[in-house]
Amino acid sequence: MNTIFNCRCRGHQEGLFPLLDVPEREPGTVLGDALLRTVPLRIPNLSEPDVVRHYTKLSKWNHGVDDGFYPLGSCTMKYNPKLGEDLAGLPGFAGLHPLAGDSASQGALALLFELTSLLQGIAGLPRVSLQPVAGAHGELTGMFLMKRYFEERGETGRRRILLPDSAHGTNPASAALAGFSVESIPSTDRGTIDRAAVRAALDETVAGIMLTVPNTLGLFEPDILEITDAVHSAGGLCYFDGANLNSYLGRARPGDMGADVFHFNLHKTMSTPHGGGGPGAGPIAVSETLCELLPVPWIERIDGRLCLTWDHPRSIGSVHSFYGNVLVAVRALAYLLQLGDNGLRAVSENAVLNANYLQERLKATYELPHDTLCKHEFVLSGRGLAEGVSTLDIAKRLIDYGIHPPTIYFPLIVREALMIEPTETEGKAELDRFVDVMERIAAEARETPDVLHHAPHTTPIGRLDQTRAARDPVLTYPFDEAE
Amino acid sequence: MRYIPNTDADRREMLAAIGRPSLDALFEDIPQTVRDRYVPLGLRAHSEVDVVRLFAEWANQNAVTELVPFVGGGIYDHYTPAVVKHLAGRSEFYTAYTPYQPEISQGTLTAMFEFQTIVCELTGMEIANASMYDGATATAEAALMAERIRGRGRIAVSKGLFQHVRRVVDTYCWAAGIERVDLPIGEDGRTVVPQNEADVSAVILQTPNAAGVVETLRGVKEAIGDALLIVSADPVSLAVLEPPGALGADVVTGEGQALGLPMGFGGPLLGLFATRRQYLRQMPGRVAGRTVDVNDATGYTMAAQTREQHIRRERATSNICTNSALCALMATMYAATLGADGLRTVAKQCLAKAHDLADRIAELPGFSLPFESAFFNEFVVSTSEPAAAVAARARKAGFLIGVPDLNMPHVLGAGGGVRIAVTEKRTKPEMDRLIAVLEGAA
Amino acid sequence: MGYPAEYRYTKEHEWVQIDGGRVRIGITDHAQKELGDVVFVELPAVGTKVSVGDNLGTVESVKAVSDIYAPVSGTVVEINDDLESAPETINTAPYTDGWIAVVELADPSELDGLLDAATYETSLG
Repeated sequence: MNTIFNCRCRGHQEGLFPLLDVPEREPGTVLGDALLRTVPLRIPNLSEPDVVRHYTKLSKWNHGVDDGFYPLGSCTMKYNPKLGEDLAGLPGFAGLHPLAGDSASQGALALLFELTSLLQGIAGLPRVSLQPVAGAHGELTGMFLMKRYFEERGETGRRRILLPDSAHGTNPASAALAGFSVESIPSTDRGTIDRAAVRAALDETVAGIMLTVPNTLGLFEPDILEITDAVHSAGGLCYFDGANLNSYLGRARPGDMGADVFHFNLHKTMSTPHGGGGPGAGPIAVSETLCELLPVPWIERIDGRLCLTWDHPRSIGSVHSFYGNVLVAVRALAYLLQLGDNGLRAVSENAVLNANYLQERLKATYELPHDTLCKHEFVLSGRGLAEGVSTLDIAKRLIDYGIHPPTIYFPLIVREALMIEPTETEGKAELDRFVDVMERIAAEARETPDVLHHAPHTTPIGRLDQTRAARDPVLTYPFDEAE
Repeated sequence: MRYIPNTDADRREMLAAIGRPSLDALFEDIPQTVRDRYVPLGLRAHSEVDVVRLFAEWANQNAVTELVPFVGGGIYDHYTPAVVKHLAGRSEFYTAYTPYQPEISQGTLTAMFEFQTIVCELTGMEIANASMYDGATATAEAALMAERIRGRGRIAVSKGLFQHVRRVVDTYCWAAGIERVDLPIGEDGRTVVPQNEADVSAVILQTPNAAGVVETLRGVKEAIGDALLIVSADPVSLAVLEPPGALGADVVTGEGQALGLPMGFGGPLLGLFATRRQYLRQMPGRVAGRTVDVNDATGYTMAAQTREQHIRRERATSNICTNSALCALMATMYAATLGADGLRTVAKQCLAKAHDLADRIAELPGFSLPFESAFFNEFVVSTSEPAAAVAARARKAGFLIGVPDLNMPHVLGAGGGVRIAVTEKRTKPEMDRLIAVLEGAA
Repeated sequence: MGYPAEYRYTKEHEWVQIDGGRVRIGITDHAQKELGDVVFVELPAVGTKVSVGDNLGTVESVKAVSDIYAPVSGTVVEINDDLESAPETINTAPYTDGWIAVVELADPSELDGLLDAATYETSLG
């Protein structure tokens, strides 16, 4: 695959900009020669048709949700409504400068305010901040809130954060960035957190617990209330990672389960596009205890007008340049308004039904470590399918059938894990096709395993040498390399 | 709900297949107490048409066409060529996930590789990551990285950083237990860098800075001992300015919104992060690396993943997972569409227009340019009138200008100063009218 | 490749070659297989003082990072610089050219706590 750097076409962009309507100024004269650029700028000049051909071709080497089934566990790859793209592109939103001032931004502030109200209702918690721009960013902000809370109370000895061994990597990473130490609590063989182990770990040095509900195996913690009660009794706080919210929308609220901080992933549950890795949005909802600590500015209604307010002395400060990913919030609100209360229930019902249906049909062929009612996702193991065949092989072979592989090798507590999350935007017909393909691959694994070992076969590029990429990485175009 | 394909018949068949009596039964694993506490939002389902109407009303309440933005402060009204929106709007790009399966993500990964290269070309650095959330968090993470490397527990931060960047750096440093020391701006608008500041992990400068002034980076690295030099730079200015990488910077961060992204009321933005190759293992964020496949064809994949949270967990260089990938893609397409020539054209037009306007404002009574140093496309004007009043007058006439919080009364006078940014989109008629407004109530 | 009888081992999959008052340390064949292709080795600095169980460095493959734990207390006196340019040596020759560091012993009695080859191999199950 060519890059723009080794593309042999050359062109120009004349005609993009009008001629200068003021006298031209020589940069050297204006800036002084000492500041002037001498290093060459090796960005090629291309004609527009060539740019279009290049990126169109690149797009066809990608697989998005619009291309086919994308059962990536914990990512909630649901359909991205096109309406959202139109709305986010409205000049009234896209063309608004963040420093335009309250009076010029009433529409944007109203939209954001409405979204925070709805998210507060979904969380069952009194206040939401839209500032964090990713789930991990929400986690970090939550950790900052907890740190400040204990600092204010003079309880700086509370340095430990507990989390289950099934936790997503961002959880311990976020806790560590906020200066906490992290302790992993084992799961029982039922796949849920060991309640006794949680109790045993609680003392006056615990700041809190980080839980994903349901957990990364797709299982709901049956002892959730007892666990959060125990943490609160020990003087700690409870952080809920909301990555799996899709499984209980319209049915339950984290605020009712004892959460003090809860983050949303708008790019998961609220249908905003993943964009190849972002931008997302990770707003957080907090309990009364932490409201005053939320990052500034806040959006408040004062005398009937919406304003950005800064005078909040207990706030932790800011975690983003401005007010969060506003254009992502636009998409999320459009989606929520279309759902309504009934839609929220329909989402979780269909997501959970789809997952349980797939689990039931696939367990005949694949190992299912936890054969119980799951929520919106479940974990299989690729172990035992056939000698020498790994989950990686299964994943790569799925690609040949036009299906994006599920999440593999996560959570870490299941060997050769395959985490499957269909979401509610797949219908039964597509699920049945997926089962057929998985059964076919299982047969191939036994009869013609090499087909799996060397998969994918139908993609423009074959299996890539990860070792070579990692040893002495080439991260920029090597201009000096001989052609 | 039309985004849900299942029909009632589908649901009945699936419930039968799994042996559950009803949809409600699927939620029995949630404790009854919790289910009983649920309160609906009281939200009816809106149709698409309803939503379009509502959002159009809200969009119209934002004074976008009525106010010409001569304000910057890190976010700039540059022109985005039409082709960028169309290409980035291809759903193979925007509905895809993080490229963990490289064989079906060569589009995303190749573009990431191009983006990393473009960032290195602009900044003069050896390696760059595939984006961070915004320039502010990129700068904050650079401070954390410097602390990991040097471990001094203190960093020096210029007051020339935009306020919103300083706030985020402050918050992240507080959480990490890093003390912050301020470096003041001198009378010429440039940061006063103390010599031999050996007891900090890093010195952080911004160029052009909050006073609009282009910092003199030459010699700074030599003056700060072995502290890391972190420079937050405007990417468009780098088309005509000597890049920080050629002047001794150890890390260059920046806000990439200026590379063809909408202003979007401040988000999503694009964090740029580039550094020396020797710091690869300390660098946060995702990177795409070049490799070959089984048939020796060139391809791209995520490299050095062992730094990241999904492998290192609490020992990761950062917790970042989702970044600003699609914005990075748009910036890449913007740079590819313009090419080096086009980027220089934009930069030179910004330079010419800003200096023309600045010269004309300086001739108005009650206005002067307080800093003698070079500026790019943003400049501060000291005003005999209180700055807020000047800005209010401009706003009434349909112009947005900035009121920076520089706190330099000995240089800016009692009125303080306003800050004006000029991009290639600003026209002579607009500038004529702004001059007339400013002149109007002197 | 097996588990050389003349070496000692730890539960964390390090091997130890005793040479008078010093020990040479590396990771076992089992460990290198589990990791896959080694792409990077983080070596301790010469002169570092360690206690038993301290972190001595890391070995990275594409998808995993393994900590190396000090099997004995002492001072690091030599490190295998060749691993910087050829980390894959740990895969091809884990017991010889793929050695990682040499530590000068502070307390020779600690050697009694190490496993012999048979015990280590059995522990792998």
